[in-house]
Amino acid sequence: MSFSRGSRDEKLSTLKLTVVQYGIVLMMLALVAGLWRLQVLGAENFRLLADQNRIRKVPILAGRGKLFDRENRIIVDNYPSVSCFLVREMGRSVDNDLPLIARGLNLDLDQLRATLRHFRAAPGYQPIPIKQDITADEQAFIEAHRNELPELETIDEERRLYPRDGFAAHLIGYVGEVSEEDLNQSRYAAYEPGDMVGKAGVEETYDELLRGQDGSRDVIVDSRGREVGYLGTQHAIPGQDLKLTIDIDLQRAAELALGSANGAVVAMDPRNGEILAMVSHPSYDPNAFAVRISRVDWNKLITDPAHPLMNKAIQDQLAPGSTFKIIMSAAGLQEGVAQNMHVMCNGGANFYGRFFHCDHHHGLLDIHEAIPMSCDTFFYTLAEKLGIDTIAKYATSFGLGAKTGIDLPNEMAGVMPSTQWEMKNYHQRYYPGNTISVGIGQGETQVTPLQLARALGGIASDGHMVRPHVVAPDQLPAQFRQAVQDSFPGSGDVNVPLRPDTWNTITEGMAAATTPGLYHTAEAAHLDGVDFAGKTGTAQVVGGGDTHNQGGAKTPNSWFVGMVPRRNPEIVIAVLQEHGDWGSNSAKIAAQLVTVYVNKKRMQDHNILDQASLSKPVEVGAVWTGPEPKPEPRRGGGKRIGAGQQDSELHMGHFMVNPVAPVSGPRSLAAGRLPVPVWLLAAPLRFKNGQP
Amino acid sequence: MRRLMSFRDFDWTLLGMVLLLCTISVLEIYSATLHTKYVGFHTKQMYWIAAGIVAMFLFAKVDYHKLIDYVLWAYGVFLVALIAVLVAGQKVLGARRWIKLGPMHFQPSEWVKLILILAVARYFANLGGRSLTWKDIFKAFALVGVPMLLVIKQPDLGTTLTYTPILIAGLFLGGINLRQALILATCGLVLVGGAWSSGKLLKPYQKARLTSFINPDNDPRGTGYQLLQSKIAVGSGGIWGKGAAKGTQTQGDFLPIPHADFIFAAFGEEHGFVGAFFVLLLYFLILMRLIQNAQTAADLSGSLIIMGIVAVLTFQIAVNVGMVIGFMPVTGIPLPLMSYGGSSVLFTFLALGVVMNVRMRRFVN
Repeated sequence: MSFSRGSRDEKLSTLKLTVVQYGIVLMMLALVAGLWRLQVLGAENFRLLADQNRIRKVPILAGRGKLFDRENRIIVDNYPSVSCFLVREMGRSVDNDLPLIARGLNLDLDQLRATLRHFRAAPGYQPIPIKQDITADEQAFIEAHRNELPELETIDEERRLYPRDGFAAHLIGYVGEVSEEDLNQSRYAAYEPGDMVGKAGVEETYDELLRGQDGSRDVIVDSRGREVGYLGTQHAIPGQDLKLTIDIDLQRAAELALGSANGAVVAMDPRNGEILAMVSHPSYDPNAFAVRISRVDWNKLITDPAHPLMNKAIQDQLAPGSTFKIIMSAAGLQEGVAQNMHVMCNGGANFYGRFFHCDHHHGLLDIHEAIPMSCDTFFYTLAEKLGIDTIAKYATSFGLGAKTGIDLPNEMAGVMPSTQWEMKNYHQRYYPGNTISVGIGQGETQVTPLQLARALGGIASDGHMVRPHVVAPDQLPAQFRQAVQDSFPGSGDVNVPLRPDTWNTITEGMAAATTPGLYHTAEAAHLDGVDFAGKTGTAQVVGGGDTHNQGGAKTPNSWFVGMVPRRNPEIVIAVLQEHGDWGSNSAKIAAQLVTVYVNKKRMQDHNILDQASLSKPVEVGAVWTGPEPKPEPRRGGGKRIGAGQQDSELHMGHFMVNPVAPVSGPRSLAAGRLPVPVWLLAAPLRFKNGQP
Repeated sequence: MRRLMSFRDFDWTLLGMVLLLCTISVLEIYSATLHTKYVGFHTKQMYWIAAGIVAMFLFAKVDYHKLIDYVLWAYGVFLVALIAVLVAGQKVLGARRWIKLGPMHFQPSEWVKLILILAVARYFANLGGRSLTWKDIFKAFALVGVPMLLVIKQPDLGTTLTYTPILIAGLFLGGINLRQALILATCGLVLVGGAWSSGKLLKPYQKARLTSFINPDNDPRGTGYQLLQSKIAVGSGGIWGKGAAKGTQTQGDFLPIPHADFIFAAFGEEHGFVGAFFVLLLYFLILMRLIQNAQTAADLSGSLIIMGIVAVLTFQIAVNVGMVIGFMPVTGIPLPLMSYGGSSVLFTFLALGVVMNVRMRRFVN
């Protein structure tokens, strides 16, 4: 080999080696400087990052508060369900797994990708909900692919179970995933993407109380998401259960009575504003929203001309028709105009050079007849005398054209025209001829069923107007109660002083309307033995005439507002049937509700269980002896609900029991409190009279 | 005249420092693999170290002049082996680096490092320290360039890069002048730029790996992930560290391969700035000791061999620690004496064997 090993003289120059040494020193200094920068200067920051890395909060979802009716009967419940989440912190990309996941969970791949994009900004430790309410098959898929798809995780949660067939759907509302737009609002500041949030009705207004607070299990995980340690648990705080003012019995009756008609029924206690029933048809199934609703179904809901998502009781703004005549009467009587008015009705009259029709030739009448007969000519004349601004003044004081302030989202205000309103909206002077139409509730006037119920119920309560609500405020935290009031400003609780004769005349007039009599508009809704008063309305729709086929596009809207009893009513019911033709059709619906209400009331009044707290003896009797069948009323089929008319009849089969005093009876049975023995004693007595 | 060679001349100080580093390495591997499927790798590492020490003593016995005499044969054999790897190698993680020889996985590219050190030392010692002609320089480039091209085809960027300091050290110490150095540097820059933009030599993931270190936060889930996690690990260690087996980044498996390429990050997290500084200090002392040995070597070839080793070790330390603290891209270069891995341990101890070899013969001639 030609290799010479070099001689001892041929050595590396010391200079070069020194250069190398200095080079190494420089490198080491650079590395130490880098370490200093990270470990000394940046330590705090990196410690924070490291903490975020290792702690994962496995959510424990809070159960949503349940909804009960006024008698603590459940309306909205929860059911256990399994949701699938995707955990991103796996130290690897999940993009390649998406097709498999989509296949296994029966998801749309594009939609799944969209979901992931949606959560891109969320912190990495936060699991992404990709499918809710998964089936047993899908759960099996996840279990079977634990190794290939470690990013999938299932979480047990509670889901909403709403009544079937859209029962009270508009009142209750529904829950859905919080939307991106919502998250930008201050109200939803505490919400995170993927949170379920109330989207309508009580669910929306009371979401903060109902949702509770999610907890979490804080665990230490490695980068593959495996748990390697446990830090602690923050327990979920379940949402608050809420008691609604709704009475399921009435609500059911209202749902059935309205049936397939488009419209709304709202029943309210005008003494305190408690909504007893609120129905809007057509309805929708809120359960469809509890799991993510499909696009097709959603489009169907929002494009349906019958507006199934609209709560017609508070959002449908329509001309009130003749129900407005109660407002007119109040205005006329308060102004001292209507008392002495005598109008000759010949099927209409001329005003401002135009002939205005009435339904009948009512002949000469005064206000006592004009209300039950709903004579248009009378109210045309009254309107002319009062003028639009006086009418508007009274209508506004009764809350028309303004929100009532009910604790439900998106209430509509309606419209009450006046010269001022005309100037503001159309920049023109009010045409006095329009006043004539307004006098019978046509023209530009627009009201919601709830407004009408509040106004007419208020007038019947001597001008005592209330703020309607569906959740009793006493169960709310004080702060929240205030927040609800502030977020739903409306007419609220007000007292409109009425003259005694105003109150008297109107209530008598409304009572007469449901009493059989010539031209009495609601006589078909007469209920024997029930002090049922009301006013019908047949409001013509724009461009429409009396085609008299229910449901037609040009058929008038059918209104009825009724109350029991006529003065200081306990219940006021507003019924609206869109294109329902005559107002008397709606009166029949109200009568069905009243029947249920009164029957229930009577049963409760005789239920000794309810009165067990009273110390005085109570009447116990299972028998309500109906009066002998009377001859049918002259016209229409009055409904008989078996109300006792005479004291002697009423008390047949009754006996007195002191619920507190020990009862003679089997001691062994009476070991406990009294209700049981009382019922045992009472039960056979029922049958002695041969009554079921 | 040949003096009797004795192990008294063996560099016990150097060996002591190396073994201290090995102990730290074993302990850290134990800590880092505690909760992973690599648990128990510290014992394996101990076997490798033991084997390495044995190999070191064996290598120390053979005269390095003999090694230099036969190195061209070895060079030829390993060129064939590298080609064999490309043709018949086992594909692991998309790269062919291994030949299966019986039960052992054999990675020729590690061995090529040592062979190149010897070959380059032989080449420049042969030139006798005279100033280099361009022809000399091109020959040196060919000597290192051919195996580099074969290894980069595997593709193994990290190992390929470790070959370059051997060449640079050889050129620098072998007598290149300033003008030649500047021309070469310029050509090198142009070539690297050309290779980068041509896209033929480097695969996209290699490019991404090389650039992501500049801003790993841009892509915390992709290529930058490892770097970010590594920086978090080191940084969160603070001055005193989180304590042995208490590093959340290491134990939580956020740190990639904490027992191998990123062992310095694991150590930095658990033992803080103080620990990391101590380890760097050990490396510094080892390197200085090696250079001292190079200075006292009996002849130019011995000096060049040791300096070749110094070059490789320095390069590996700089790149690995630089990567861990975010100064350098992820290249898959292990930290000598710390990272787990048989090939790496064996190479380092064999290299140390050669160093001892040179040292023991410093009075021989």
